[in-house]
Amino acid sequence: MRKFVTVFVVLAVLSMATMAMAAQLVMDGSTTVLPFGQAAVEQFMKENAGVKFSVSGTGTGNGFKSLADGSAQIANASRFIKDSEIKSCSDKGVYPVPFAVALDCIVPIVHKENPVKGLTRAQLKDIYSGKVTNWKEVGGADAPIVVIGRDTSSGTYGTWQEMIMDKGGKSRVTPKAQVASSSGAMLSSVGKNKNAIGYEGMGYVNNTVTGVKVDGIDATAATARSGRYPLSRYLYMFTNGWPEGELLDFIMYMQSDDGQRIVNAAGFVSLRELKK
Amino acid sequence: MSALTKTAEAEAFGGKGDRIMSRAVLCVAATGIVILIFILGFLVANGLPVLRSVSLRELFFSAEWYPAEEPPALGMAALIAGTLAATLLSSVIAIPAALALALFTAEIAPSRLRNFFKVMLEMLGFLPSIVLGFIGMMLVAPWMQDSLNIASGLNLLNASLLLGFLIIPVVASLSDEALAAVPRELRDASYALGATRIETIQKVVVPGALPGIIASVLLGVMRALGETMVVLMAAGGAAIIPTLLTEPVRPLTSTIAAEMGETPVGSVHYHALFFAGLILLVMTLMINLASLYIEKRGVRR
Repeated sequence: MRKFVTVFVVLAVLSMATMAMAAQLVMDGSTTVLPFGQAAVEQFMKENAGVKFSVSGTGTGNGFKSLADGSAQIANASRFIKDSEIKSCSDKGVYPVPFAVALDCIVPIVHKENPVKGLTRAQLKDIYSGKVTNWKEVGGADAPIVVIGRDTSSGTYGTWQEMIMDKGGKSRVTPKAQVASSSGAMLSSVGKNKNAIGYEGMGYVNNTVTGVKVDGIDATAATARSGRYPLSRYLYMFTNGWPEGELLDFIMYMQSDDGQRIVNAAGFVSLRELKK
Repeated sequence: MSALTKTAEAEAFGGKGDRIMSRAVLCVAATGIVILIFILGFLVANGLPVLRSVSLRELFFSAEWYPAEEPPALGMAALIAGTLAATLLSSVIAIPAALALALFTAEIAPSRLRNFFKVMLEMLGFLPSIVLGFIGMMLVAPWMQDSLNIASGLNLLNASLLLGFLIIPVVASLSDEALAAVPRELRDASYALGATRIETIQKVVVPGALPGIIASVLLGVMRALGETMVVLMAAGGAAIIPTLLTEPVRPLTSTIAAEMGETPVGSVHYHALFFAGLILLVMTLMINLASLYIEKRGVRR
């Protein structure tokens, strides 16, 4: 019996602790935004004692879901909000306000030993729609191309679909394309397969794979910001209505030079060139 | 009269404490059932609305899975084929091995070795599937690419091997129990009639344990059917109907896991994923009923 009492006391204390924690700001949404969003939150909390954030990354769609039902105050997004999501927000009296916080380049990636260093958007489209199936057709070795895409509901997939597949007439990614369910899975799949091609947000590309030039242009911060690199997109944080108080402070911090330095450090592209 | 004495006896024997306990247990058990019914209702309520926009025919017979398009193409034939192919192949790989292992531990191995094997099997049974998926992705896939000279090591064969590895402990451990549960008297009688050990195993022990063995096999099959992480990581995830062992597949489970996170709530795609869950549930339910039926028949015999 005494044991039971102890257990109950422990449970009671724990539940009270979680209740005390509940009065904090919640950030949810895109896993692409997560690395620098988390870092910015940590830095912001260090500089502003007493502000409590909790951060999770469950995907852009889930972020909007959380914003709509009030369980999150900031929804990170790797794409702009969809009509249907605006509707489900406004149905619950939530008015989503977007803030651009960073630029992201999507970079086609291949295995390090692949001799192909550059592709055009048309070639990428042909490869992903299954029209081109051998590397020699795009200037590589005589080997089959293993096409790897992302899961259809990831933000990166959507951006790829929009910027490559639907340019100059809609087309579908070949059903033979393999699917990587996360950025990490994409990197390891391409890094471990000589014949593979994939795509990845610039922040995740590392030296285990080679980034391919698109239309002859390297994926760099400068080319993304100037708009010359064809595969770049904005990343957003959405709030419910115009933010106030600590929430506003955080968004301002995110867009300040300090916040943008964090964006750069995570491998993304800051909104503007920063002085060192 | 007799009923009266019975209740009186029961009270005298158990008293208040026992009744409280039995009611508490009843409550807990009922909670489980209520939750199960709730889950089923939730799946049905969220899965069936997909039929408003897509016909059953398209869902089951079209292999075009492009859920992010407008309007979405939601043919699940390739996904269902992926689930069936991975389940079937992994069962074919694993079940003979698992049954041989069970026969060895239950009938042939000395008791010390048996205990060792039992512990190992149980530990293997608790191996987190994500660890196995990781091994498939990092070790098995590159090895397959090099040694089999195929385009990609993330494919049906890779996933089925890993799934097989996952279900061997389940099937072996449960079959071992079933074999060990055959009464000693039966074996003794068989030996007394002059049967050899092999004959005894063949004609007495295995037939006696058959319902238990079949139930354990079906449990293993269900495990393979519902497994998500391994197929998500190692099966490649291409939504095609596989014709070769070295082609990538995309089972229902990994589709749900990969796509649920970013799907707008209430969209057709969202309902379609719930419908996929419903298909999985019906599949497992059918296997479950089959195993129940077999077990019952075994008891009657």
